[in-house]
Amino acid sequence: MKTPLTLEQLGNNFSDLHPAYRQNEALVEAARCLFCFDAPCTRACPTHIDVPRFIRQILHDNPAGAAKTILSENILGGSCARACPTEVLCEGACVDRTLGGPVQIGRLQRYATDYAMNGDLRFFQPGRETGKTVAIVGSGPAGLSCAHELRKMGHAVTLFEARDVAGGLNTLGIAAYKITTEFALSEVELVRQMGAHIRLNSPVDAAKLARLRASYDAVFLGIGLGATAKLNLPGEGAADVWEALDFIFQTHTQPLSECHVGQNVIVIGAGNTAIDVATEAVRLGAANATIAYRRSQEEMSAFAYEYELAQNDGVRFEWSVQPVEFVLRDGKLTAIEFQRTRLGSSGRPANVELVAGSEFTMVCDMAVKALGQMALLELLAGVNGVRFEKGKLVVDPETGSTGASGLFAGGDCISLGAEIVNAVQEGKIAARGIDQYLRRGIVTGSE
Amino acid sequence: MQTLNLASNTGGIKSPNPFWLASAPPTNSAYQVKRAFEAGWGGAVWKTISHEPIVNVSSRYGAVDYDGRKVMGLNNIELITDRTLDVNLREIREVKREFPDRALVVSLMVETKREVWHDIVKRVEDTGCDGLELNFGCPHGMNERGMGAAVGQVPEYTEQVTVWVREVARTPVLVKLTPNISDIRYVGRAARRGGADGLSLINTLNSIIGVDLDTLAPKPHVAGRGSHGGYCGPAVKPIGLNMVQQIASDPQIGIPVSGIGGIQAWQDAVEYLLLGSSSVQVCTAVMHYGFRIVEHLLSGLEMWMLEKGFRQLSDFVGKSVPAIGDWADLDLGYKIVAEIEQDKCIHCGLCYVACEDGAHQSINRRKMTEDDFAARVGNGGAQRVDFSGGVRYMPGAADGYANIFEINQQTCVGCNLCSLVCPVSGCINMVEQPSDIPRMTWRQYQDKLVKGDVQRIQPPAHV
Repeated sequence: MKTPLTLEQLGNNFSDLHPAYRQNEALVEAARCLFCFDAPCTRACPTHIDVPRFIRQILHDNPAGAAKTILSENILGGSCARACPTEVLCEGACVDRTLGGPVQIGRLQRYATDYAMNGDLRFFQPGRETGKTVAIVGSGPAGLSCAHELRKMGHAVTLFEARDVAGGLNTLGIAAYKITTEFALSEVELVRQMGAHIRLNSPVDAAKLARLRASYDAVFLGIGLGATAKLNLPGEGAADVWEALDFIFQTHTQPLSECHVGQNVIVIGAGNTAIDVATEAVRLGAANATIAYRRSQEEMSAFAYEYELAQNDGVRFEWSVQPVEFVLRDGKLTAIEFQRTRLGSSGRPANVELVAGSEFTMVCDMAVKALGQMALLELLAGVNGVRFEKGKLVVDPETGSTGASGLFAGGDCISLGAEIVNAVQEGKIAARGIDQYLRRGIVTGSE
Repeated sequence: MQTLNLASNTGGIKSPNPFWLASAPPTNSAYQVKRAFEAGWGGAVWKTISHEPIVNVSSRYGAVDYDGRKVMGLNNIELITDRTLDVNLREIREVKREFPDRALVVSLMVETKREVWHDIVKRVEDTGCDGLELNFGCPHGMNERGMGAAVGQVPEYTEQVTVWVREVARTPVLVKLTPNISDIRYVGRAARRGGADGLSLINTLNSIIGVDLDTLAPKPHVAGRGSHGGYCGPAVKPIGLNMVQQIASDPQIGIPVSGIGGIQAWQDAVEYLLLGSSSVQVCTAVMHYGFRIVEHLLSGLEMWMLEKGFRQLSDFVGKSVPAIGDWADLDLGYKIVAEIEQDKCIHCGLCYVACEDGAHQSINRRKMTEDDFAARVGNGGAQRVDFSGGVRYMPGAADGYANIFEINQQTCVGCNLCSLVCPVSGCINMVEQPSDIPRMTWRQYQDKLVKGDVQRIQPPAHV
């Protein structure tokens, strides 16, 4: 089933959720910033962008300076401006919240980074070549950030990307009305222009990883996560039962008019990805989109502003329900059978029990599982020194180093799924960790 | 509700309220002055007229904006009237006939010759106007021709021209003073000696607004060139207030003042009245927002008078003048220190960085954990605590802590810089404390030192 909407409707639905500021709007908003000392917003930002500084630069007609301030700490500052949960980060910590409302830091950050992007401004140069080489597995935010930092330090970098397009989830996994495919690729360009080599269609399996570790001086893993968890229910293998990321990917890899969407879509899960899927389904023309979550609204892990967006789009929510069967007829999905849940006898929120005899069905022609992704454990299965904890690859928080020599990691593979900004920061930390590791091998002399 | 009497009398020029329009572009024509009177202005000083109209240039104005707010200060290179004397006289007569109860004063500037002044005075008073204002203050374009500020900067010329005018004038004569001078009292006394019935001040200040960083031309510019202009607007109010107070407190002057300079809100007008003005004149605020602002000026003045129990202007005009004097008469023993109300603090740190870098390093900063901060909502802790998607967030807290700022009252010198930069009203207050230094003025201190009656005051503690 393809979208029933016209090109114009699709264009409207997928245009900027928050349009870019015009100059006047940006100046009025920038004037609201109090220019705090030891600003809470900077502390709240995982990449510690000097927020008051860039806002004041915008106010004083220096948008190029503002862009440089931002990109110095976060090369994907443009994407973060569009997709960060600013509600709980910089804007959540903003002292103006008690005066007239938080300064719209995200939108101001977009204003500055757009200015730089539109003007093709370049602020960084590769450092003097050190002769050291680093292999980066994965060209998502963590890999790109690590690559950029390493290039500033003068190390040679090659990224190995399994897909035929770079950027990882930044390019493919975020709703287009937050980050367009085009914009995400322009940020990849910023990193490529620093002299980082990006090899597409180059997946890395365990054997290839061993070869990379042997031939490069260090390796960074920005591999993200794998497939969504399986529910192991009857009918789960049907073509109409999708994984969340595949559903979102299609909006970036083909024209919107070619995207598949059902008339009645049910999304299982209530994290931020589930919300993205449900809102995209509505915007692609689904008549009904329902989010079905096995716990209650209080335990929902999606941010409040995302929940609000979904409600405004008309998404319905079914709380405390768990699927038990995907009902098929002639191989096509016609409904999902659910059972209601309640808190387990232990009372702890993680513990959920099915209520006997509470079965009911909800009609649907497309189901999307947004249950979180599983770690890519097989890749690292035989690597000495590497440790996992609850599916997360464990690294030293100061250096990004795994237990294995010369092997570093960052991004979703160490967090089990966090924000772009976290991946960027972990990439930076690992780059510095890699640099220290490499320099232990560099003889200090009269350079 | 008692009725208030807002009538004002400035050297014999009466108006139903103290709000006049200053001699400027808003009082250029009958069309404008009539509409101003319809809006409620008590008086107007007609834009300076002369025997011949001048020619103006374009552009004429520049402004200083402040972090996004427009026109904190305005600068102009416009000259006196560009309309003929006949047209002006006819229109003045017309307006006066239509609004008999409002003060209609006419501003004059002619060549520094006795018979020329005599002629214009007679012709203008024929219109039935209520008074004259002698423009000795225009700082650009006219002073180069020996008029305007060229007269107002030289007490002898001021006195001489005022004498000439007084020889033939039948209505009250106000002399408008320029602030582009080292001590305005000398000219004020000269005008008084010459027979002025009152003084209008301040005229505009010599200024250059700025430079265009793209073209490198001055702002404003006329085909790429500029000239110094007259600065006015909210930015100049403190200069006007100071000069009005100086005139009002000078025992050698003693004639009424019409206060001018940066009046925009009703509070500004009241400040001028308290410092000795019998009426006030407004220009820039009207050029920015229109004649309608007089409603706000009237409303604010009325509410304040009712609150204070004043029934008429004479109840409070000049009341604050005696409290201002020489620095040497200020009490060295008056001690105040700052105090932060933690419940109101938003943890922006502006007081801290101001004191630390720019004053006396008397604010302490300590980190409170986010958990403690959350536990003390409204009580020296967070202003609010919110959750979204299971994540807690609070304004002012991040990275595990919030900054708590406290005044070190042992070393605070009471300069009150912190209270000025704090964005939250009522959050930082200055409180009086007993002082180690005896209550005495600097003059008295010098005296006592000589007599050995007091120890030399020690410098305050410093980091």
